[in-house]
Formats: sequence, C-alpha cells, structure tokens
Amino acid sequence: MAATLPAEPALSTAKDSGGPPERRHNAPWGDALFSVLAHAAAWLTLAILAGIIGSLVIGAMPAMRQFGLAFLWHSDWDPVQDHYGGLAMIYGTLATSVIALLIAVPVSFGIALFLTEMSPRWLKRPLGVAIELLAGVPSIVYGMWGLTVFGPILATYVEQPLQRAFGNVPVLSTLFSGPPVGIGILCAGIILAIMIIPFIASVMRDVFEVTPPMLKESAYGLGSTTWEVVYKVVLPFTKTGVIGGIMLGLGRALGETMAVTFVIGNQSQLSELTLFNAANTITSVLANEFAEADGLHRASLLYLALVLFVITFIVLSLAKMLLMRLQRGEGAKS
Amino acid sequence: MTAISSMSGSRMAMHRRRKRVNTIALALAFAAMAFGVFWLIWILFETIRLGGGGLNWALFTESTPAAMSDGGGLANALYGSVVMVIVATLIGTPIGIFSGIYLAEYGAKGPLAGVTRFINDVLLSAPSLVIGLFIYELIVVPSGGASGWAGSVALALIVIPVVIRTTENMLNLVPHALREAAYALGTPKWKVISSVTLTAARSGVITGILLAVARIAGETAPLLYTALSNQFFNSSLAKPMASVPVVIFNFANSAYPNLQRIAWAGVFLITLGVLGLNIAARVFFRNKN
Repeated sequence: MAATLPAEPALSTAKDSGGPPERRHNAPWGDALFSVLAHAAAWLTLAILAGIIGSLVIGAMPAMRQFGLAFLWHSDWDPVQDHYGGLAMIYGTLATSVIALLIAVPVSFGIALFLTEMSPRWLKRPLGVAIELLAGVPSIVYGMWGLTVFGPILATYVEQPLQRAFGNVPVLSTLFSGPPVGIGILCAGIILAIMIIPFIASVMRDVFEVTPPMLKESAYGLGSTTWEVVYKVVLPFTKTGVIGGIMLGLGRALGETMAVTFVIGNQSQLSELTLFNAANTITSVLANEFAEADGLHRASLLYLALVLFVITFIVLSLAKMLLMRLQRGEGAKS
Repeated sequence: MTAISSMSGSRMAMHRRRKRVNTIALALAFAAMAFGVFWLIWILFETIRLGGGGLNWALFTESTPAAMSDGGGLANALYGSVVMVIVATLIGTPIGIFSGIYLAEYGAKGPLAGVTRFINDVLLSAPSLVIGLFIYELIVVPSGGASGWAGSVALALIVIPVVIRTTENMLNLVPHALREAAYALGTPKWKVISSVTLTAARSGVITGILLAVARIAGETAPLLYTALSNQFFNSSLAKPMASVPVVIFNFANSAYPNLQRIAWAGVFLITLGVLGLNIAARVFFRNKN
C-alpha cells in the first residue's frame, strides 16, 4: 500500500527549501475540473434514465393517443388493419417469467444451500465461479443452443410424453395441448430459468453468508440438523435479501431478449392458455418487427417497450429496496 | 417405566424423521447444484461440438457470404465487434469511473448520490433492448441511419453502470487512513483521488472494466437497430457495421447449412471470448489481492 503513495513530489519540494514548502501550482484548476467531471458523470447517469423514459414516451405517443390504456388488455395485434393491442405480448412476457421463476427459485435455493452449508471448502470457489459463468454466457448463445439443441430434445423427451400421459386429464390436457415441437412458452421459460439461476443463486449465497455465525452455531448447538438451521434460522434472517434476489432474477427474465426471441415461436395472437404454443414476448416482438415497422405499428411497439421498461423498473426498484433494507438491518445488528 | 420408554420411542421416531427430512433436503440441494453445473457443461459441450467444427482460416479472412454461396467467414463481423466494443469501452469507462468517484468521494451520503446509486442499480439490469431503442431515437433517427457510432454508444450505456458499481465498491474498500495521510501532506483532492485512492483500487476497477467488456462483447439486442449489420467489410464507424452476435442472429434461422455453420462458429468464438474475459477478470483480481 505504501508504494502507492506519491512520495516523490512531496519530498522534492521539502528538500530544497529551508522554510515551509512552496505551494505547488502545477494544476490549480485540477480540483475544480475533477469535481465538475465527477458531478457531470453522476448527472449523466440520471440523464440516461430520463432519456430512456422520455424517448419511449415520445415514440409511443401516437399509439398512446390512439388506444389509451385499453392497449394493455386488448389482444388483437394486426399490422394489416393497423390495429394494435399488447395483451398477447404482455401475457407472453409474464408467462415465460413465471415459469422461469418456478424453476429457478428452488434450484437457486438449493445451490445457495449447497455452497454455504455443504460444499467442502476447496470446491466452493470453482462451483461458485461455474454458476457465475452461467450468467456470463451471452444470451445469443442460449438462443442458438435452445433452438437447435434443447428445443428438439424438449419436444421428444418431455412434451410428447406429457401429451401422451395427460391427454385425457381435464385441466392438464389443456395445459399440455398445442404442437409439441419444442418451440414456445415452456421452452422459453426453461431457458430463462437457466439464465436467471446464477443471479438469484449468487444473491442468496451472499445473504446466507452474512447470517451471523453465532445464530447458526446456537441452532447447531441445540441439535438442529443442517436443513433446520437453513430453513428455520438462516432463511427467516435473510428473508428480505432472498426476496430481493428473486425480484432481481424476475427483472432479468422480463427484459431478456435474444434467447427468448429464438425459441418463443413469434406468434402474436393470444390463444388458449397452453404451455406448448408459440407465443411472443414484448422483447421478442420488438426484435422481430421493429425493423419493418412504421407509423402506428412502430408507435405501438414503443408503447410495449415503455410498458416493459416500467414493469422492470418497478420490479428492480423493489429488489433494490429489499436488498438495501437487509443491508441496513445488518449494520444495525453488528 | 413404560411411559418413559414410549416417550423415548416417540422421540426416536421424531429424531429419525428429522434426520430423514435433512437427508432429503441435502440430497435435493446437491441435485440443484448438479443441475446448475449440468447446463453449463451441456452448453459448452454443444458449443464446442457444433461450433468448433466450423472453424477455419476463411472465418478470419473472408467477409460474411451471401445466402446461396459457399465459403465466407466472419472477418467483417469480428472486426466490427472488436471496434465497437473498444469504442464503447473508451466512451463508457471514463464516465463510469468519474461517476463512481463522485459516489465514493464527493457525494457519498448526499441526496444526488443516493438517487444516482439507486438509478444505476436499476440501469445495471435494465433490458438492453430498450437501451438500443433509446439510442435509435436519439442518434439513428436524427443522423439518418444506422451506424457503428450508434452501436458503440448503445454498448457504452451498458458499460457505464457496470463500471460505476465496481469503481464505487472498490474505492469504498480503500482505507480512510490512506486518504487522510495524503491530505495531511497538502495534496489537493484531485491528486489524492487520482494517485492515491484510484491507484489503490486499480485492480478492482480493471476487473470491473473487463467484466463490462465481457458483457457487451456478447450483446445483440442493443445493436439490432443501432449498428444493424453489413454484409461487406466496413471500417467506417459512420456506416452500418456488422457484429458477431447480430450475424449469428441473422444466420441462425437460415436454411443454408453454410450460414448455419458460420453462425455456430461465431457462437464458439463469442463464447470463448466472453468466458475467457470472465475468467481472466477473476484470475487478475485474485492475483492482485
């Protein structure tokens, strides 16, 4: 650390004068400039957010005027008639994200439990890095893999057997109806789950690790099993952090574009509520149609983008607030 | 006597039940861990199997082919990706570092810092597609067309929050005594920040930049409408520019085996590059600390 101190210039000024060192004037404007730059950069961050919202609102204005809030619960997306409603895409976005959470939350909890309580010390780091690398894989790679490798396997080994097995059961047959080709809501949901597991798991692991050892050791000392310690001591203690992590994962799932666009099937009509049908999410319809769109079509797409941004903004803000509350609580206790 | 034995019997039963629940839970946790690692291995395996086979020299020397033709490569896309990532990093990093400096050294507990920190964490996970649309409205429409510059700026907006986060975190780790020692020598604030705190936090900040580069190298969505793509080799940032992810996206659904081969080769290269950067960042950070 000492090596990083700027020892030389200070010494050289002190050395050659008997009295107090002269004030150096090598950059009198340095302080002011640095301060201005730092402030400007901070304001710029805020300006980016304002710019994003502003540009979306301006771009979406024609569609907002034309359709108003009814856009949100009308499902006819018809470029030929130039009439648009966003329900099908909003449904697609929410459905894929819910499936992703249903899979990712228990798995992430298991991973966090394994990494904090079960893993031998030498395995912790490599396994933790492996899970983090899952977040590093670009989403276009997930898309290609989902389209050419995972989709067909899902169709053959999961979707078709499910249809055969539950074809006559009342509710499940509707859920599992549709063409079992491995492209659709289920496939997109599973791939989203894989993509958000690292985010949720690493937040859970981090908050599990800040649980005071005293609490855990007391529970172990009373004869609790590992599961009881995690479920009855660690989990209640880190509740807000865990929910924050889940919200963070949800925010990621809602906004994911490329992986979903590959495997969702690009179908803008709202059909019956089945898992295997092709659909569209807000992001996939934007990726597919924005290039050719103009006029009201383009405005409607931007309206959808605005809806997406507002939803993710709310979800991510909640996540952030929950995680901040945990941090504050931690500070108060220690 | 019988009462005691029956009580201990029920206790034993309860003990066994708790043991059983524990065993099942731990087995499930182990399965979850295996589940997570399984996907990573499977994706890497398929990337190498399907993408490794498409590698050849033409990939690096020839531009993307037309639909029906044979051969061709990714030279224009690789060049475009590298140039746009570099430009984006050059634009985004200074802004990110100065913002991080503001949060750690100037604002700290002030209201602007609180708001900026909050907004930054939201931007960190904001849908990258929306950032692309913003740049489309801000730059592409007024300038009359897609360009490499627009793509670079869109990527820069993704770099900024990542760099802000790591810079602030790393500056906060620098002990206060170090700053106070420098101030006590009469060092001006900008000098303290640039040659004491920032230098002490250097390795962490560089790690953050590497992670940001890894993140944007694989980004597709923000480039779709900003840089578009370009079938030909183009070294001018003022024109539409090809990038590996966008080329993959355009070729993925193609019926031509040649284009699919090139798309998979692109997937291989980009996975290699991005995961390599991720690992490099971690190794670098660990060695320096």
